[in-house]
Amino acid sequence: MSTLCIQGLQASVGGKQILHGIDLTVSSGEVHVVMGPNGAGKTTLSSVVMGKPGYKVLAGSVTLDDIDVLALPAWQRAQAGLHLVMQYPSEVGGVSLDHVMQEALIARGRSIDGLDQLLGDEAVRIGLSPELLHRSLNVDFSGGEKKRNETLQLAVLEPRIAILDELDSGLDIDALRDCARRVEDLTNERGMGALVITHYNRLLEELHPDAIHILVKGRIVASGGPELADQLERDGYAAFSPS
Amino acid sequence: MLAFTPDAVRALGADDVAMRLESLVCATATHLPTTDEEVWRYSRIGELDLDDFVPGRSVTTVEAPEGIVTTEAANDHSNDHSNDHSNDHSDDPADVFQLLNTAFADAIVIRVPAGRIIVEPVVVTHTIGTAAHTRSAVFPRLVLEAGADSEVTVVEQFVSPDGDRSLVVPHLEVHAAQGSRVKYLGVNLLSTTTWSLGHQRAIGERDSTTLLATVALGGDYARVRTEVRLTGQGATTRQIALYFADGTQMHDFRTLQDHAAPKTNSDLLFKGAVQDHARSVYTGLIKVRENAKGSVAFQTNRNLTLSNGAWAESVPNLEIETNEVKCSHASTVGPIDEDQRFYLESRGIPPEVAERLVVLGFFDEVLQQLPVGPLATELRARVAAKLHNRVAALQSSPA
Repeated sequence: MSTLCIQGLQASVGGKQILHGIDLTVSSGEVHVVMGPNGAGKTTLSSVVMGKPGYKVLAGSVTLDDIDVLALPAWQRAQAGLHLVMQYPSEVGGVSLDHVMQEALIARGRSIDGLDQLLGDEAVRIGLSPELLHRSLNVDFSGGEKKRNETLQLAVLEPRIAILDELDSGLDIDALRDCARRVEDLTNERGMGALVITHYNRLLEELHPDAIHILVKGRIVASGGPELADQLERDGYAAFSPS
Repeated sequence: MLAFTPDAVRALGADDVAMRLESLVCATATHLPTTDEEVWRYSRIGELDLDDFVPGRSVTTVEAPEGIVTTEAANDHSNDHSNDHSNDHSDDPADVFQLLNTAFADAIVIRVPAGRIIVEPVVVTHTIGTAAHTRSAVFPRLVLEAGADSEVTVVEQFVSPDGDRSLVVPHLEVHAAQGSRVKYLGVNLLSTTTWSLGHQRAIGERDSTTLLATVALGGDYARVRTEVRLTGQGATTRQIALYFADGTQMHDFRTLQDHAAPKTNSDLLFKGAVQDHARSVYTGLIKVRENAKGSVAFQTNRNLTLSNGAWAESVPNLEIETNEVKCSHASTVGPIDEDQRFYLESRGIPPEVAERLVVLGFFDEVLQQLPVGPLATELRARVAAKLHNRVAALQSSPA
């Protein structure tokens, strides 16, 4: 059982404060969804938790069990069990997914025996053409292929807590369903915790969140069960403003 | 140029000594170039003093099928198209290094008869600096004559022992006759103390296909001037290079794609990296002459600067004298893309491994196109070793 605990997190980028005190707790097997309009700080939240350069933490803490996440560089956060599924996965010319997964497992001291088989099986399961495993990462991939590729990595690296930043952007409905179901399965079968960040609630039709949080102007302004998404659908973000 | 005497030329025992002596006279009357000349801008030519060197010879081995290679102390000028080239078309007169090469060259001539296909690559290896305690200047010359509709691949490697302070002045002449397919790969594995001033010229006749590839990892100051001239309709040339300088090395490339016939195609992809305090220069020109209507020319130069103290310059140029052509050039200089680095690190990959992946990935596009696959694997490992040296240095120095 693992718990990601974000407390009082304030952060800025380019000298401008974006997060004004975020409190969130995600444990193994849980799905927490953070919803917010453009500019609410969704990508900043995921970037700061994962340790992307360029963001400055002003206050607060992030822990994964007893690990001080903010004290670690990104690669050590990943090895500690955090993972970020990116909204816009980077293209890396000349570097293939199977190579990246190999290096990622070696860096964790894990065996790469059977990796090719695992990648092949997972590619089929997520609906990614297996030949893309050996091609330059994300180069000339469609939006759907990029997100299937991102989702596939969760099954290989088996993070304790995954942050999914706008998994639904750039996805057609079939790819969205495949990716969301795979995430759902991983939370059920392997106890992965998921912090799902999204603008739209169409992702929620496939994922079954334990909690929904509304992020507006760098603050969580409301938290509740799945019914909160219905209220948001009805009233829009305008009904939620920071107190 | 004290040691570059007529007696030194005569001592070679070549049978074309008169022509060589004539070239030597011209060389002696020619000043060393300076960085005021555009083609030597940014170079380290100012550090060179020919008085420091004596004429020497490389130890050269050739692996080739019977009958196509002759090694001659003599240049065979009856078939050497370099003269046509310089007299008819070159915009620059022969510089002092070309003249010295003509005077002192040990020439290897590869003649592929018309219609013949040479399957296995011809491998020429020059070992420089074997004479202890002297700083020698050596002048390898490779002439590659591909007959009509023939096919050949040639690899030329340059190596020297650690600490060698020789000067190597290689000269390459490629003549691709009608419909021939020629691939050449030059590999610089010289010591980081050896100087190299190379010149490559290729002529592509009608419907020929020529690949000129260079991999430069060694040398102190290593320069290659590489020029292709497309003289026959439908000729195609491709120039590619991988260069990676570290320590205080400098790599310097001057390229020319000269379209002198209609419907000719040239492409160029040069990718380089510099780390520590190393430097690199790329300047390239696409020239499309008035009669070269319907030609297509591309030129791409990309550079990674891997350390704050490293420096790379990229200067692409176009000179187009006709309409109805398609030309483009692209050039970039910069550090490793931060998003790529973060992407890999966010998968749990340590920074030094992420950097190795990105740099090897960057070079992969060139390595894939090298004409000799097994050699590409070895060269890839050498690039990785250079990266490793840097990481080791970073980790042993105080933060």
